[in-house]
Amino acid sequence: MILATVQQLFRPWTWLMAWRDSRNSRRRLVVFSSSIVLGIGALVAIASFGKNLEEAIELQAKSLLGADLVLGSRQSFGDGEKKLFGELGGQQASETSFSSMIRFPAGEGGRLVQVRALEGPFPFYGSLETDPPNAAREFRSGGALVEEGVLIQYGAKVGDVVRIGDLTTKVVGSLKKVPGETLVFATIAPRVYLSLGEVERAKLIRDGSLARYKTFFQFPAGTDVGALVKQRRPEFDQLRLSVDTVKQRQENLGRSMENLTNFLSLVGFIALLLGGVGVASAIHTHVKQKLSSVAVLRCLGATNAQTFAVYLAQAMALGAIGAAGGAALGVVVQLGLPRVLADFLPLTVAFGVTWGAVAESMVAGFGICVLFALLPLLAVRSVSPLVAIRASVQPVVGRDYARWGVIALLVLGIGGFLVRHTERLRDAAGFGLGLLVAFLTLAGAAKLLVWMTRRFIGPGLPYVWRQGLANLHRPGNRTLLLLTSLGLGTFLIVTLLLVQQTLLTQLVSSRQDNRANTVLFDIQTDQKDAVAALLKEQGLPVLDEAPVVTMRLQSIKGIDVEEQLGRKTNGIPSWVLRREFRSTYRDSLADAEKLTAGSWPQRATNDVVPVSMEAGIAKDLRVGMGDEIVWDIQGVPMKTRVAALREVDWRRVQPNFFVVFPPASLEAAPSFHIMTTRAGSTEASANLQRAVAQKFPTISTIDVTLILQTVDSVLGKVVFVIRFMALFTVLTGLLVLTGTILTGRFQRVQESVLLRTLGATRRQVRHILLVEYAALGALAGLTGVLLSVGGAWVLSRFVFQVEFVLPVMIVALSLGLVSLLTTAIGWLGSRGVLDEPPLVILREG
Amino acid sequence: MSAIIEVRRVTKSFATAAGPLPVLKEISFIVAAGATCSIVGPSGSGKTTLLGLCAGLDQPSTGEVLLAGRSFAGLDEDGLARLRSELVGFVFQNFQLIPTLTALENVMVPAELRGETHARDHAVALLERVGLGERLGHYPTQLSGGEQQRVALARAFINRPQVLFADEPTGNLDAETSGRIVELLFELNRAAGTALVLVTHDLELSARTQRTIRLRGGAVVEDVTR
Repeated sequence: MILATVQQLFRPWTWLMAWRDSRNSRRRLVVFSSSIVLGIGALVAIASFGKNLEEAIELQAKSLLGADLVLGSRQSFGDGEKKLFGELGGQQASETSFSSMIRFPAGEGGRLVQVRALEGPFPFYGSLETDPPNAAREFRSGGALVEEGVLIQYGAKVGDVVRIGDLTTKVVGSLKKVPGETLVFATIAPRVYLSLGEVERAKLIRDGSLARYKTFFQFPAGTDVGALVKQRRPEFDQLRLSVDTVKQRQENLGRSMENLTNFLSLVGFIALLLGGVGVASAIHTHVKQKLSSVAVLRCLGATNAQTFAVYLAQAMALGAIGAAGGAALGVVVQLGLPRVLADFLPLTVAFGVTWGAVAESMVAGFGICVLFALLPLLAVRSVSPLVAIRASVQPVVGRDYARWGVIALLVLGIGGFLVRHTERLRDAAGFGLGLLVAFLTLAGAAKLLVWMTRRFIGPGLPYVWRQGLANLHRPGNRTLLLLTSLGLGTFLIVTLLLVQQTLLTQLVSSRQDNRANTVLFDIQTDQKDAVAALLKEQGLPVLDEAPVVTMRLQSIKGIDVEEQLGRKTNGIPSWVLRREFRSTYRDSLADAEKLTAGSWPQRATNDVVPVSMEAGIAKDLRVGMGDEIVWDIQGVPMKTRVAALREVDWRRVQPNFFVVFPPASLEAAPSFHIMTTRAGSTEASANLQRAVAQKFPTISTIDVTLILQTVDSVLGKVVFVIRFMALFTVLTGLLVLTGTILTGRFQRVQESVLLRTLGATRRQVRHILLVEYAALGALAGLTGVLLSVGGAWVLSRFVFQVEFVLPVMIVALSLGLVSLLTTAIGWLGSRGVLDEPPLVILREG
Repeated sequence: MSAIIEVRRVTKSFATAAGPLPVLKEISFIVAAGATCSIVGPSGSGKTTLLGLCAGLDQPSTGEVLLAGRSFAGLDEDGLARLRSELVGFVFQNFQLIPTLTALENVMVPAELRGETHARDHAVALLERVGLGERLGHYPTQLSGGEQQRVALARAFINRPQVLFADEPTGNLDAETSGRIVELLFELNRAAGTALVLVTHDLELSARTQRTIRLRGGAVVEDVTR
């Protein structure tokens, strides 16, 4: 049969007959083919854009890093590093970055920024985008180059005075773009460039300050940087220098951009699947209407393969039209993608249609469409020619292996796509399972609705209601299809809304209870008492106070960190070994902590200091109770033993630490302090910030509101992109809805005419339609919303690890909106049903 | 004359919840090539089922049907379809024209299915013969019942069948149109030398055939040759 069908597809008559047969259903079929246009469009746009990105990364590789090699450290470079840099040669530039408050004397409050003190001609490749353009050079001889977003936030402009710590200087330009960095990054940590000389003069960096040091290298053309890094790796490890090369940056960026496009492809794929369901439904209705033509063709001598091929050809044409339309739409969407993703792109992406990617997405879309269409098409094979002389003849339904074959192909096709775009079998299975659960839940809800309306709609209800609700279970109903398509769209959009709200509520709640909401850090030991006095003066409590000592790992369980770094198989991530730890000392557990093993370390009494470690970092370092760790505390080694393990609630606004030492252990080490307080109002917070800025310009004051604003802003950017993609699914749902209404229109007209002939008024018929669509919309909305509540709960609980909050208003609004939209589209699509003159229809019938 | 249809001890029963329901019981007869034969009987007597079996639209439960000496036994659906394409023409009570095809296209379909390349000329000639030469491009909905049945007649003859099966060919037509269609049916039949087997309630129509087989309760109760 398969071979015979394929042979028939090569016969011109098959296509001619398919064309002729589609005459009175082309418009309907094209509407349904448009339901896959959006899905294919999304895939085409993302695939082609992904290729543009790859090319951009390849072309702009060097400007992504700005140098051939970057060496970094959390400690200022000493003689060893300087000697090494001298040996490496090439042209060099250096950068010291640290967090500090920026304040505009003219404006209120201040903002935490990442200050970058630059010396030398960095970037060697690419350039800092500034306004005015010459500001990228000008700040090197004085003045500050400030992130554009910060200037906008404070209504400041070029030429205004700005204060960073003790330094008062002028804004020489607004910073628009740094090569290789995204706007999302700039939202989290706005950047301010200064010259290194200015930072040193202002004494912004002191002992124990949290700073990061980098040296950029530009080597003569032709230098094999990879080989150089390989050769010098032992020295880099010994000095614990982080290494970044153009190739590494290219690979990392390529990977993260691929993750981004893969994620977007998956969201687009849902739209395609939904479109596939729409196509399957359209073909189902189409085939049902064609049963008698199929039977006649069989009577006239057509073989099974001949008739099947005719309708398969129609489905293929439908898929081809959808794929072509999708490709065209995809190219248009691709034009807009750089703007949609602007905040997440660290480079300029040139537009270019990648035909290979377009073709691949078209084939995927076409394949999915045909496979979905095949399921209802298989019914053509079981049409008996006897139907032509006796309409009541039912097809003989036996075990249909072809159906299982198509289902297997569909599962393979979907699975293949998911594996390709998630790159991990587990993720593909999870995504597929999630989709299946959503589809099954929606289909289950539809079946339940059909059953309930059949079972419970009794004579007690008014006629119009009974009739409208009965349409949900009568033969030819669209309940399953509409509930699935509308419900899935609702599910996607509302889940995003709920997760966003949960995260924001979590942050807002920290402002509403009695916990700390303002953090002061970078307090030097000699400033501690004065800051506490200032808080008291302002009527604010000191809720927490902790000394912070920076340190690095020297050895774990007797093995030097350098050696550990060289071992590839010890399983400890190298960033953990290289990182700088900010630790504290105290005699008891904090509120946000819970002891999980051992007992709280008491005062250090001998050479080995008992410490408490956070359980997660202990796991990363592969250490447990009793294990020995030697710390390098700013040049002084300190031997410690893990005496207790803790769980820490990192969401609490209070000083939290990976490692806590007992009293009488770190007091002599260089340290700074953190204090937290609770400002009861925005005004109290502003007053505090102003007072701290005046008296202690180097101290940073962070209000939780600032964090809230940042998180909100970042979430807003992420949600915008996801919503943009989810829009394809929602629009597909609406197209399926419109298509379904058009498909069922003839049946509706017939029903309407019969009812009117039997004495129903136009008003009654109109109300029957309204009840049907309102019920469909309400249940689709309800099922979609319930699913999204489940989805959002899972995401909140297991991905974001926050307590799920149900925003009743959003849920109610979503429900109302979906019902209203469905009713409105149903109503609009059915316009004219009441205008058909009864006689025409009765004659046709 | 040689036999075109041989029905040998044919039975047909359908499976129901209450067990097998016999519809035809041990029926045997032979129709000679070029002969005309009508099958009559009350509703539910098994007329249409018998027609379906004779035309190869279905297989008997037991017994055998031969068309032009070729047995249906052992043929699958596609084998039967090919046999129909070669030997059989159909005329239905409700015309059964494909609604999306024009009159001409409807007539061409059986020939096209056989891969004939010059179907159009033959189809046009047939439509002219049935008086629809001016309505080649009309769709079924644009034709009257009588015109639709004339298109169906043209379609039935396009493959030069050896036997024409007609299921209540005048069942949906008024008396005047019926008369004209019957004349045309017999005229075409005569001209082509085709055997005609028709199922009808119309005793007048039945009387025009050379032979009448009367069914009741699935069995032949009368077989009259005129």
